[in-house]
Amino acid sequence: MIRFESVTKRFGDGTVAVDDLSLEAPSGKITIFVGPSGCGKTTSLRMINRMLEPTSGRILLDDQDTASMDPATLRRGIGYVIQHAGLFPHRTIVDNVATVPMLLGEDKKKSRARAMELLERVGLDLKLAKRYPAQLSGGQQQRVGVARALAADPPVMLMDEPFSAVDPVVREQLQNEFLRLQGELGKTIAFVTHDIDEAIKLGDKVAVMRVGGRLAQFAEPAELLSRPSDAFVAGFVGRDRGYRALGFASAGGSLSTSEEDVARLGDDLRRANDMAQDGWTLVVDDKDQPQGWLALGGLSGSALDGTVTPDLLNLGGTLAGQDGTLREALDAALSSPSGRGVIVDSDGRFVGTVTPGEVLEHIESRAAGIRRNTLASAKGQRAHA
Amino acid sequence: MHEVWTYFTVHHSEIMGWLWTTVWLAGVPLVVGLLLALPIGWVASRYHWTYPPITSIAGLLYTIPSLVLFLVIPGILGTGILSPLNVAVALTGYTIALLVRTVADGLDSVSSDTMSAAAAMGYTGRQRLVAVQLPLAVPVIGAGLRVAAVSNVSLVSVASVIGVLQLGQLFVVGYDYNALAPTFLGLVLFVLLALAFDLVILGIVRVLTPWQRAVGRP
Repeated sequence: MIRFESVTKRFGDGTVAVDDLSLEAPSGKITIFVGPSGCGKTTSLRMINRMLEPTSGRILLDDQDTASMDPATLRRGIGYVIQHAGLFPHRTIVDNVATVPMLLGEDKKKSRARAMELLERVGLDLKLAKRYPAQLSGGQQQRVGVARALAADPPVMLMDEPFSAVDPVVREQLQNEFLRLQGELGKTIAFVTHDIDEAIKLGDKVAVMRVGGRLAQFAEPAELLSRPSDAFVAGFVGRDRGYRALGFASAGGSLSTSEEDVARLGDDLRRANDMAQDGWTLVVDDKDQPQGWLALGGLSGSALDGTVTPDLLNLGGTLAGQDGTLREALDAALSSPSGRGVIVDSDGRFVGTVTPGEVLEHIESRAAGIRRNTLASAKGQRAHA
Repeated sequence: MHEVWTYFTVHHSEIMGWLWTTVWLAGVPLVVGLLLALPIGWVASRYHWTYPPITSIAGLLYTIPSLVLFLVIPGILGTGILSPLNVAVALTGYTIALLVRTVADGLDSVSSDTMSAAAAMGYTGRQRLVAVQLPLAVPVIGAGLRVAAVSNVSLVSVASVIGVLQLGQLFVVGYDYNALAPTFLGLVLFVLLALAFDLVILGIVRVLTPWQRAVGRP
C-alpha cells in the first residue's frame, strides 16, 4: 500500500506541482494517476521512490515513512518503468534485466537466469536476449523495460506512461499482456498516463488530477464514468461515457440468447441455405467456434452448387463473451452483418445470438434498477440530514 | 627514397632509441592526462556552473607555447633543464587541457532518461557514474583522446630545441647537415607514430563499445 498524506511539492521557481495530495493506493492493485500535462501526476510518482522529495507531507510504503529509508535501498525494492523504457544502451537485453538482482548482490549467473525467465514471461523472443536495446523495436524495448522492473520481484511498481510511445496496435497488446501479468503477480502498481481510456481500461482505482496538482477525483473507473465529481472530471472523462460505462457492466450470463441453426465449413450450400434466417446463416468450425456469416438470401439454382468455404464468409461481426460486458454484447449485435450478435463461451464456442433490441432492453432494465437504488439512497440521505 | 633507407639502416639503433623515447613522451602524458582530466571533467559536468570557467582555463592552458612550458617547468619543479620529465609534464598539461571539455561533454551526452532510469533502479551516485555514465561516454572521450594523442606526438618534436633526445632530433640533424634524408625519415616516422597511436585508441574504443557496432545490424 502506498499512502500519500497531505503531500505538497513546490519547485524552486515557486510553481506548485502537487498540492496537498492525500490518497491511498491499495496493495495488489493498479492505481492510475491521470490528468492533463502539468497536473503533477509524474511528480507524484517520482516522489514515491524519492527521485523527488516532497516539500511537505509524507509518503508511506506499507506504513513506513519513505523519508526514513535510504534512497538507493528504497529504489531497489521498487520496480520502475518509463516512457521510452530507459534501457541502458551499452548492455545487452539480458544484462539490462539482470541489473537490479546484481545490484542486490546476486551473482551474475543467477541474475541472468532470472532475467531469461522474466524475458520469457513478458513474451519476448529469447533470441533477442543477447542483443542491444537499439536493435529492438519500441514495443520490444518496452517489454524489456517491464521485465527489468520485475527482475528483483519488487512488491511495488511505478510506471510512467510506459505504453505512450508505441503505436496503437502494439499499445493494446502491451496493455492486455500487462493486465494478464498483473493477474498472475498482483503487484501494487502506481501508473501514470495522460490517456483517460488507458486509465479506465487498466485501473482498479483512478486518481484524476487537474493542473496545479490538485486531486479532482479518486474512484473506481466505473464510478468515474457514471458519477464524475465535477465539470472538470466530466469533461476529462469525455464523450461516450454512457456507452463506455457499459464496459464495466457484466453481461454475467443474465443476457438471454436465441438459438440458431449453424452450418459447418464443408457443408453443402443448399443445406446451409435451408437453415438461413432472413437470408443469413452462421458458420462454425469443427470446434463450434464461429467463423463468419454466409449471405445466401436471394440465391437459387446453380448459385447454390458447392460447399461452404472460408472465402464465402462475411467476417464483419465482433464476438461477445457470455461472461463479458454489456458493451461487448451491444457491439457484437450492432456490428453483425445479419443483425444478430454472436455470443460465445469462454472457450470461444458458439452459445447463441442476441439482437441490438434485446441487449438494449437488458441495459434499460438494469439501469432502472440502479436508478431506483440511487433515488432510495438519496431519500435516505436527505431524511438523515 | 634509397638514401632515406640507407640513413635508417646506418643509424638504426640510435633512431630506434629515439623512437621509444618519443612513444613514452607522448604516451605516458596521454594516460596520466586522461586520468587527471576525468575528475576535472566530471566536476564540470556535475556542477554546471563550473563548466564555463574550467573549460576556459583549459583552453588558455593549451594556447601557451610548448617551448615556453619546456623552459619554465624546470624552474617550477626543480628538474634539470635537459630532463625528459619537463616534456612529459608539459604534454600532460596539454592533454588535460584538451580532454577536460571532452570528458565533460561526454558525460553530459548520456541521455537523462538513461540516467534517471539508473537512479530509479537503485544505483548510488558513484555506481551510476562508473557502471552507466562513464561507459556511455567512451565514444566521445575516445574521439577527444585521438586528437590529444596526435597533438602529443607532434609536440614531442619541439623538445629537440631544448636538447631532449627523441625522434625530433632527426630534424635537428637534417638542419645542421643540410640533409634531406633524416628530415624526411623523421616526417615519415612521426606520421606513422601518430597513426599507430590513433589505431590503438580506436581499437580500445571498439573493444569497450560493442553496443555501438551492434546498432548497424538489426
